[in-house]
Amino acid sequence: MTVLLGVPSKGRLMEKTFDWFAERGVSLKRTGEAREYAGAVEGVAGVKLVLLSASEIPRELAAGRIHLGVTGSDLVREELADWAATVVALAPMGFGHADLIVAVPKAWVDVETLDDLDAVASAFRAQHGFRLRIATKYHRLVRDYLRAHGVADYQLVDSQGATEGTVKNLTAEAIADITSTGETLRANHLKILRDPPVHCSQATLFAARGAEWGVGADAMRAFCAQLGVPLPDALLHNA
Amino acid sequence: MTRTEAIALELLAGMKGAGALPVAADILQPAETLLDLYGEDIRARAYVTHDPALGEMMLRPDFTVPVVQAHMKGGAEPARYCYSGPVFRKQEHAGGRAREYLQVGYEVFARNDPARADAEVFALFARLLGEYDLRPMTGDIGILKAAVAGLRTSERRKAALMRHIWRPKRFRALLERMGGHGPLAEARTELVAQLRAQPADALMQEAGQMVGLRSNSEIEARIATLLEDAQTPPIPQEQVSALEKILSLAAPARDGLTTMRAQNWAALAPALDRLEARLDALDAAGIDSATLPFEASFGRTTMEYYDGFVFGFLSARDDLPPVATGGRYDALTAVLGQGRAIPAVGGVIRPATLAALEGAQ
Repeated sequence: MTVLLGVPSKGRLMEKTFDWFAERGVSLKRTGEAREYAGAVEGVAGVKLVLLSASEIPRELAAGRIHLGVTGSDLVREELADWAATVVALAPMGFGHADLIVAVPKAWVDVETLDDLDAVASAFRAQHGFRLRIATKYHRLVRDYLRAHGVADYQLVDSQGATEGTVKNLTAEAIADITSTGETLRANHLKILRDPPVHCSQATLFAARGAEWGVGADAMRAFCAQLGVPLPDALLHNA
Repeated sequence: MTRTEAIALELLAGMKGAGALPVAADILQPAETLLDLYGEDIRARAYVTHDPALGEMMLRPDFTVPVVQAHMKGGAEPARYCYSGPVFRKQEHAGGRAREYLQVGYEVFARNDPARADAEVFALFARLLGEYDLRPMTGDIGILKAAVAGLRTSERRKAALMRHIWRPKRFRALLERMGGHGPLAEARTELVAQLRAQPADALMQEAGQMVGLRSNSEIEARIATLLEDAQTPPIPQEQVSALEKILSLAAPARDGLTTMRAQNWAALAPALDRLEARLDALDAAGIDSATLPFEASFGRTTMEYYDGFVFGFLSARDDLPPVATGGRYDALTAVLGQGRAIPAVGGVIRPATLAALEGAQ
């Protein structure tokens, strides 16, 4: 049996992932015609490439259908309840950096921190009769963050895209979203709160705790040695 | 019938015997009511589902809300209700605690003699659970509220603290800021300096285009509030210490009362009188208040809507949830009653925990 490595199937994330492995002497490449999602691994034995949508990789890891997977740490924490019990972060890969942040209108000159946001949420609810709306697609991460900081009287509204526009469109009062440069936020008249971000995400190599390691264990040891990635003892316990 | 079901039936029979009227409640509850009451956090704890016509619904996380609503629609006064049925709680961990379990509960709605109603519920639970080896615990959120109300500071600050009484970490951070210390105080000082630098309209002009529902006048109002608050002196250290002394109090109930009386904090007197009346009523109901454990912060993190007497019955097994919890929730009835309110106290028992304890014996 081989170790199945799940890698994003397109775009910059795929290219950067291929580069990261190439720098460590492992060549990943797509094979077949351009639109076919097939791949090959050279430079290490017993590892097979599986090309997947980055957003499906957390789920595939959780189900143990792939042994290893490259995806954003934000997606793993958002998609997987109790993520640390499900996967092991083997190596942060140093690209795909993005911060999950909370942003409010720039015109809110009275708001700089979550402490302010909490006070505003209370006053907003009294004034408008409903809880202050925060648009996001990262429900779990944002709710945990706001609970940890004791923010009350808010509600999360789902936004799967163009989240920065929701405030102007009056479907939310604030947003929580991924940003790398902050440019889209500024263009939409929003500013980031000064508190530490909800999560600082980057592309990360994850291993599935629940995968069947069985005869793949030797290949996994060799692969980790080749990559220079420490292999946690507990991972291969079911090997 | 499982042992858990048998225990539930016995408990329910005991509650009926105490004069309670059995009531039923829908498993599917409108999500909006629960969300407005408990906030967004309830989504992490309750199962949310969607009805094509009625919108978001939740599998009931407890019976309190539907029972209060049913009573407010025209129950007799005073009223005693009991119920038994499954409740549903999401769990983040794959093993973890039960996601679906039986709750057997007893609720009293009565305008007169709250001390006696408190004692009635506690004494009934103590009797129903008498054959198990459990540790009772009591507390009183009313004393915490009285202590906050008795701080020498602005009404606005007291309201902010009161709003977070059930979130100890946030409460502490606020208290620290209001005492003039810590990171929140620093951030606040900076913000106030920015706001003082220019008039509000100039600041907003400079900040750029106004977007969103929150209006200029709301922003201006908060700026005025912030500038006013900056003039409010810090909460004196001795008051913070007095409050912390209350928060950390753990003693047998009578001794706890004596200790709190000895703090000579005039604002606490009415709440302490209520505690004393409750202890007298408990003694009269056969509970020895000289040995009854009391912790002033008990129930602060787990029982969000309780605002007076709180209690629990705990086993020695830390892998098991509390056998029983309960308390007084007068304010909740006002929120759900749309203008009408009635003092209420009650509690729930988890028969599955009792069955697990029997298995271990």
